[in-house]
Amino acid sequence: MEYIEVPIMSECFAKGQKPEYLFWVGCLGSFDDRAKKISKAFARILHYAKVDYAILGKDESCCGDPVRRAGNEMLYQMQAFTNIEILKMYEVKKIITFCPHCFNTFKNEYTDFEGEYEVIHSTDFLLQLINEGKLKLNTQAFENEKIAYHDPCYLGRANNMYESSRILLDMITNKRVELKRCKSFALCCGAGGAQMFKEAEKGNKEVFIERIEDVIESESKVLATACPYCMVMLTDGIKYKNKEEDISNFDIIELISKYIQID
Amino acid sequence: MLKQIVFIIVLLITLGIFSYTLRNLILLFKQTKPFPIKDFGKRFLMMLKIAIGQTKIFRKPVTGLMHALVFWGFCVITIGSLEMVIDGISGSERIFSFIGIFYNFIMASDDIFAFIILIMILLFIGRRLFLNIKRFTGIEMSHKNHIDAYIALSMIMLLMVSLLGMNTFYLGSGNEIKGFYPVSSIFASFFSNINNNTQYILYEFFWWMHILLIFAFANMLPYSKHFHVFLSVPNVFLSRLEPLGKLYNMENVAKEVKLMMNPETAFTASDSNTVPERFGVKDVEDVTWKNYFDALCCTQCGRCTDVCPANITGKKLSPRKLMMDLRARMNEKGSGLIKNGKEFNDNKSLIKDYFTSEEIWACTTCNACANECPVNINHPSLIIDMRRYLVMEESSAPSGIKAAITNVENNGAPWQYSPEDRLLWTKEINL
Repeated sequence: MEYIEVPIMSECFAKGQKPEYLFWVGCLGSFDDRAKKISKAFARILHYAKVDYAILGKDESCCGDPVRRAGNEMLYQMQAFTNIEILKMYEVKKIITFCPHCFNTFKNEYTDFEGEYEVIHSTDFLLQLINEGKLKLNTQAFENEKIAYHDPCYLGRANNMYESSRILLDMITNKRVELKRCKSFALCCGAGGAQMFKEAEKGNKEVFIERIEDVIESESKVLATACPYCMVMLTDGIKYKNKEEDISNFDIIELISKYIQID
Repeated sequence: MLKQIVFIIVLLITLGIFSYTLRNLILLFKQTKPFPIKDFGKRFLMMLKIAIGQTKIFRKPVTGLMHALVFWGFCVITIGSLEMVIDGISGSERIFSFIGIFYNFIMASDDIFAFIILIMILLFIGRRLFLNIKRFTGIEMSHKNHIDAYIALSMIMLLMVSLLGMNTFYLGSGNEIKGFYPVSSIFASFFSNINNNTQYILYEFFWWMHILLIFAFANMLPYSKHFHVFLSVPNVFLSRLEPLGKLYNMENVAKEVKLMMNPETAFTASDSNTVPERFGVKDVEDVTWKNYFDALCCTQCGRCTDVCPANITGKKLSPRKLMMDLRARMNEKGSGLIKNGKEFNDNKSLIKDYFTSEEIWACTTCNACANECPVNINHPSLIIDMRRYLVMEESSAPSGIKAAITNVENNGAPWQYSPEDRLLWTKEINL
C-alpha cells in the first residue's frame, strides 16, 4: 500500500526548501477524529494538484479563537504572538486552512500584531485550483443527489463568504438545495464562541438539533459543510435524530476529494 | 405678532428642555470609554446604503417596506416642519414657496407621505394589538415597553392627522394657496360647505397642533425607545466597518503580553505609575461611548433576539435585553457617576444584577443579531467584553471553558493532546 507523504515545514527548511503555502491544519483537523478525515482528504487534494505546501506539525498551536471568545484575551494574545513568531521563522506568506475560525483569526485579528498573510479558506482554494485547471472533477459523481449546504457563521456572516462553497457544490450535483435558513440568515450550529467546550445553558433544545431539523426538512441525502466545528455539531444532530442511514454529512473538501480525476 | 411671540416662547421652552436633555446625555457619555472613529468617506457610503436606503430593514420585506415608507416620509416631512418653524418665527406663511415649481413637488410629496405614514402607523398599531408577533415578547419586554411603543405610534398618528388637517383646511381657508396638495384636496372637497372663516380657524388649530406635537415628540424621544428617530442614522454612520468576525484588540492586555514575551523592553515600555484599568466590562463605566450609543439607539424591534440561536432554543440570552439593560443601568447609575466620579459604587453592576453570566455564556458569537440589526448595533462584541471581565478579573467561567483554557495554556490545544500528536493524522493517507 502506498501512502501520501505530508510535507512538514521544519523538514522542508532543513532541506533548504521554502514551500509556497502553509496548510494550517487547526486543532480539530489535528485531533478530532471526524475532522482528521477532512485533513486527510485535503492533503490528498493538495498532493494531486501538486501544490507546493507544508504543515507545521508539532510547531502548530491553537490560533487562539476559542480562548479569545471565551474571554481570555491574555492567553489569546500570547498564542497570537507565539504563532506569529513561528510563521515569521518559516517566512510564511500564504496560509490555507479549512477551519473558518482559524481563517477569521488569521485574516482579521492577527493583523493587529503585524501578522499580515494572504489567508485562503479551503473552499476558495479548491475553486482556485479547479479554475486554474490543476484539479479536474468527475462531475457525474453526485448527479441527482440532493445536497444541502450549511453556512458556517465564521465564513458567512463573519466574513461575507457565501459563494465559493455553492459554486463547488454545483460542480458535483445539479440538485443543490438551500436550507430554510441559509446564507446570511443561516442558523448557527451551536459550537462557536467556545460553546463546543462547555455544556449548553438551560433551555429547551440544543442548537444543533434545531439546525438539523432544517436539514431533515430539506429532504437532502447529503449535508455539506465547510467548517470542522459545524461538522462535529451536525454529526451529533444526525445521531440524535437517528438519521445516520438517511443523511450523511461531509466537508466540501471530502466531497471534492472523492471525485477528483486522477490522470 | 402675538402668534409670533407665543411661538417663539414655545420654541425657546422646547429648545431649553432639549438642551437640558442633551447636556445630561453628554455627561453620561463622558462616563464611558473611548472608541476611535475614522474613515469618514466609507462611513458616509455605509450610512447612505443602510440608513437612508434602509437595506437591512428590508430583510423582512413586508414590514421592511412599511418602515421604509415611514422613514422616507419623515425625511420629506421634515422639510415642511422646518418651514413651519421659520414661518412661526417670522410670521410668514409657507415661506419656502419662493422656490416655485419645486415647492409644489415637495409639498405634494409631503402631503402624500403624510397619508401613507398614517396608513402604515394604523397598520403597525393594528399589528401590535391583534397579531401575536413573537419578537415583541420576551422576558425583557414589560408592560411599560409596550406602552412606550403605543405612545410613539399614537404620537406619529396624531402628527399625520394634524398635518393632513392643516393642509385640508389651508385649502379652504381663503388664503392664497401655495404648493400642491393631492391628498388633502380630496379631503377638502368634503368640507367645501364650511365657510372660509371656520376653515381658517381649523387651519390655525391644526397648524398649532402639528407644531406642538413635533415639539413634544422631540422632547419625549430621548426618554423613549423611539430615540432611534434621532439616533439611527448617526448610529449607522458610527458603526464598525470591519468584518463582523473581527474582535477588537485590548490594548491594555497587549501591553502586558508584550512585557511577558519580551522582557528586555519591560523598562522602556512600562509607565508604571498608572493604575491598571479593569479588564473587560463589568458595569456601565467600562463600556465604550459607542456601546452606550447602541443602547440608546435600540428601538426594541427584537430582530436580533428573533434570530439568536440561544434564544430560539429556549435559553435566557436575548441580545435585545443586553441593549435595554445597558440603557437602564446607565439611567440608574449615571447620575451617581457624574456626581461622585468613577469610583462611585452602588453595590450593583450591569453584570449579575442586570445581565447574568448565564446569559453571557450562552452566546455562540454567530453574529446573527449584529447582522440583523437594522441600525448596525453590535451585541456580540459587548458580550465578549463581559466574558473578558469574568475570565480575567474574576477567573469565573463554566468548567468546560476553564478546562479548554488550561489545555491551551499547557499544550496549545483546547484538549489534552500533546503537540507531537498533531502529526498522527498524516499517517496512512491512501493514494
